[in-house]
Amino acid sequence: MLDNANLENAKSMSIIVTKGSLDWAYPPFILATTAAAMDVDVTLFFTFYGLPLLKKDMNPKFTPLGNAAMEMPMMGGHVAMPNMVSMLPGVGSMAGKMMKNLMARKGVASLEDLRDAAVELEVRLIACQMTMDLFEYSLDDMIDGIELGGAATYMESALKSDINLFI
Amino acid sequence: MAEETLNAEGLNCPLPIIKAKKALKGMAAGDVLNIRATDPGSVADFAAFCSQTGNELLSSGTDNGVFTFAIRRS
Repeated sequence: MLDNANLENAKSMSIIVTKGSLDWAYPPFILATTAAAMDVDVTLFFTFYGLPLLKKDMNPKFTPLGNAAMEMPMMGGHVAMPNMVSMLPGVGSMAGKMMKNLMARKGVASLEDLRDAAVELEVRLIACQMTMDLFEYSLDDMIDGIELGGAATYMESALKSDINLFI
Repeated sequence: MAEETLNAEGLNCPLPIIKAKKALKGMAAGDVLNIRATDPGSVADFAAFCSQTGNELLSSGTDNGVFTFAIRRS
């Protein structure tokens, strides 16, 4: 945690991170790193499908399935992908590669880089103990510097925070 | 008072802010960080960053299509 307890304008934020796909993982990491850079004390609580974002090998997957609003820029226009196409084998992984390439081309940080920045900026990373048990993850699978905790640990942080988000 | 330069050209949100924070961390109070960025969102973002963190935004302008900022570390 940032040692800004003595600052008069010390603010705090907590985010419950429940989704670990490539696109859904961006908002919590972008907000967490930016807030921490602005001297905000940040806690991220990773639960259910958000938990794999703490794995050493994070490798977030992507699918356009069920995402009717997703359009990719292509040849001057925008192309959406019908579910009938998205469900074909290999389409999700191809779309994920396209998304990663697009992001790299546009100077968007990789999730790995944002997570490294979060650690460097002393964002508090809490892994949900119940989810660890439920999906049989080991602390050895996870990056260093994380904490284990449950709903009460989150609540203690959330009750003191100026901003609480659920993503 | 020392001056440092950060080239954030080609980087998108939130990287210019994160890199600026990292650079400022290694500087002394009163030092000035000169930043170059191409992300149009950085104009509003560096103003917000400075207003929140108390670092002083000395200037915010453009130079041949590149956004330039000077920030004095608080």
